[in-house]
Amino acid sequence: MSVTTRRTRLAAAALAAITAIGGLAACGNDDDKPAAGEKPAKLVVDTFGEFGYEELVKQYEKDTGIKVELRKTAQLAEYRPKLVRYLATGKGAADVTALEEGILNEFKPNARNWADLNPLVADHSKEFLPWKWELGKAPDGRLIGLPTDVGSLAVCYRKDLFQAAGLPTERDQVSALWPDWKGFHDAGLKYKQGSGGKAFIDSITAVSNGVMFQGNGDLFYDKEDNIIADTSPAVKNAWDTATSMADISAKAQTWSPEWSGGFKQGTFAATFCPSWMLGIVSENSGAANKGKWDVASVPGGGGNWGGSWLAVPAQSKYPKEAAKLAEYLTNAKSQVEAFKAKGPLPTNLEALKNEAFTGYTNEYFSNAPTGKIFGESVAKIQPTHLGPKHQAVKENALEPALRAFESGQADKAKAWEQFTKDAKTQGAF
Amino acid sequence: MSLSATTAPPSPAAPPSPDVSSRRSRGRLLNRLDVKYSPYLYIAPFFLIFGAFGLYPMVRTAWMSLHDWDMIGEHSFIGFDNYTRLFSDEYFWNALVNTFGIFALSTIPQLLLALFLANLLNRTFLRAKTFFRMAIFMPNVVSVAAVAIVFGMLFQREFGLFNWLLSLVGVDPVDWDGQRWSSWFAISSMVNWRWTGYNTLILLAGMQAIPKDLYEAAAIDGASPWRQFWQITLPMLKPTFIFVVILSTIGGMQLFTEPLLFANGNILGGSQREFQTLAMYMYEMGIVNLNSAGYGAAVAWAIFMIIVLVSLFNFLLVRRSAK
Repeated sequence: MSVTTRRTRLAAAALAAITAIGGLAACGNDDDKPAAGEKPAKLVVDTFGEFGYEELVKQYEKDTGIKVELRKTAQLAEYRPKLVRYLATGKGAADVTALEEGILNEFKPNARNWADLNPLVADHSKEFLPWKWELGKAPDGRLIGLPTDVGSLAVCYRKDLFQAAGLPTERDQVSALWPDWKGFHDAGLKYKQGSGGKAFIDSITAVSNGVMFQGNGDLFYDKEDNIIADTSPAVKNAWDTATSMADISAKAQTWSPEWSGGFKQGTFAATFCPSWMLGIVSENSGAANKGKWDVASVPGGGGNWGGSWLAVPAQSKYPKEAAKLAEYLTNAKSQVEAFKAKGPLPTNLEALKNEAFTGYTNEYFSNAPTGKIFGESVAKIQPTHLGPKHQAVKENALEPALRAFESGQADKAKAWEQFTKDAKTQGAF
Repeated sequence: MSLSATTAPPSPAAPPSPDVSSRRSRGRLLNRLDVKYSPYLYIAPFFLIFGAFGLYPMVRTAWMSLHDWDMIGEHSFIGFDNYTRLFSDEYFWNALVNTFGIFALSTIPQLLLALFLANLLNRTFLRAKTFFRMAIFMPNVVSVAAVAIVFGMLFQREFGLFNWLLSLVGVDPVDWDGQRWSSWFAISSMVNWRWTGYNTLILLAGMQAIPKDLYEAAAIDGASPWRQFWQITLPMLKPTFIFVVILSTIGGMQLFTEPLLFANGNILGGSQREFQTLAMYMYEMGIVNLNSAGYGAAVAWAIFMIIVLVSLFNFLLVRRSAK
């Protein structure tokens, strides 16, 4: 046997081994779409945080005989990479997938990853908050998501700290302190004076968040999705309002240890609360501080922070049934049930009028009528157009620049320059 | 199969029938195949796994780096544009400076300390040697995430231990993640804490391989322990030292978890990217930003090339010194 043939044989064996492995992998690739009209044995639902779907899903199983598997991920930060992997590899995605506001906008330019719900469900466009419904649509007109919840916005404040600093503690009086952002700053200065120099709010990025989402016009993108971060009046307004609050800020970045520890330590006396934040405030403050927090309205009326949609990935084998399930989970009755279970605010107009929702009070927050407070705030939310990389510009351009200013690393002009430069690169898509 | 072939008993005398001879020749064939090919079979698992998890990703990354690649959308071939973009990318250079800065701050003191500790542990009079050798290695066993979280707490601005200690001696609290020098210092201290013991053990092993008679001869000639260290231990330790330096280089260039957790998971590494390392920048471009995956791949290859260059430099250094 000559050397060459021996080598060829070895190579052939290696090749055979590789093809065998490749063949195995290929088996998993089989695109076995079921015949039309076939009823699925099981549907999978992907959510993050708490959507309150446990009981609803059980009811659905009983009604339709289709098994539903609920896959929950605790943190949005862990949820996004998983979702990206499913989409990039074309497999693994659930049949019904919850999309948070930032993720939804990011995925919109590649709308083909998602099934168009228009032909799959009845027309629900009149049943939801109109702006919320519109945000669920992609630029090419396909309906990607059915609205689930909305963040809304309020102010959580510490009654005991307010009292010690000589500020009113009753929630209507507190709301009356700040009809606008100027009033909020004044209240902060008063608190600082009365408490011996303590900080009033957690950070100025929390303020910019609140101001931006009050619907004062286009933010980082115009309606045609051109980047206008450096010229947008709404962004400038948020910037100016936020930077003016640096003297009453605890400089504790949201989600940092300083921030979560600050709730117990009382490093700040007020923070901005979308309704989903209430659970986080109570968890960070601990049982010892029960009844010390209360909820007041946000300066300048309503506002919104966060909220989600339910979508059906194009790779789902049962788009029709998945869309039906999403439709069921977002109807008025289900949204009230979900709110009672875990607190996500309804976006279904009928659910918002439901007494079980409007009459709800929160025990931890001094029995504040959170259903009423957030419900009224929801009605005041102005629609805001968010571009494809809104979240990236906000988190990786605007907020770092604000923090650099807040901590004294950059003056206002330098920080603004940093923001506008980064906004261009972060916002490109 | 191979076992039975090699241990097959030699056939007894007797004229072999055609049947037996064919069986024998088959046994010989198996035997020959075994000798020729089973070594390849034994090392095959490594190459298969390396191929799947090492080579393939590298080739694929190289391919991606030549494209404008959207992770969940389209991609188009753009040649070397991603690489030319690297040269004018301010944040890439920023990450490079940060990486080398933290690398210098963590490797130099760490290796000096490791050398010192190894020398101590190498002393003959030391009691409870095994205990000390075990103890010094312990930090390396702790998970990197746990180390980063604990150090992150120690370096906190408001409630951190280090700022509390500083306040005892009247120094103002330091905003550790707010400046370059302080954040670099904090991150290097995590790396140092974790890797000093590991390097100590490797250097110690190198020291113990040095023949004892060299020291004895030197002692008879009247050389002090200090002089013995400089003229025997250090020169003999050079190959080990280069090995340790190359390992530290690879680790240092890929530094990721410590700075990421120090920034509370923010991929920018500080509000002005004060401590964003190359690996973090690669992750930001390749994974976090869905539409610049091709550019992220180019950053990954740049990191690879930098490691190769630095290792080559080390290699040339040792070759020269060996002459």
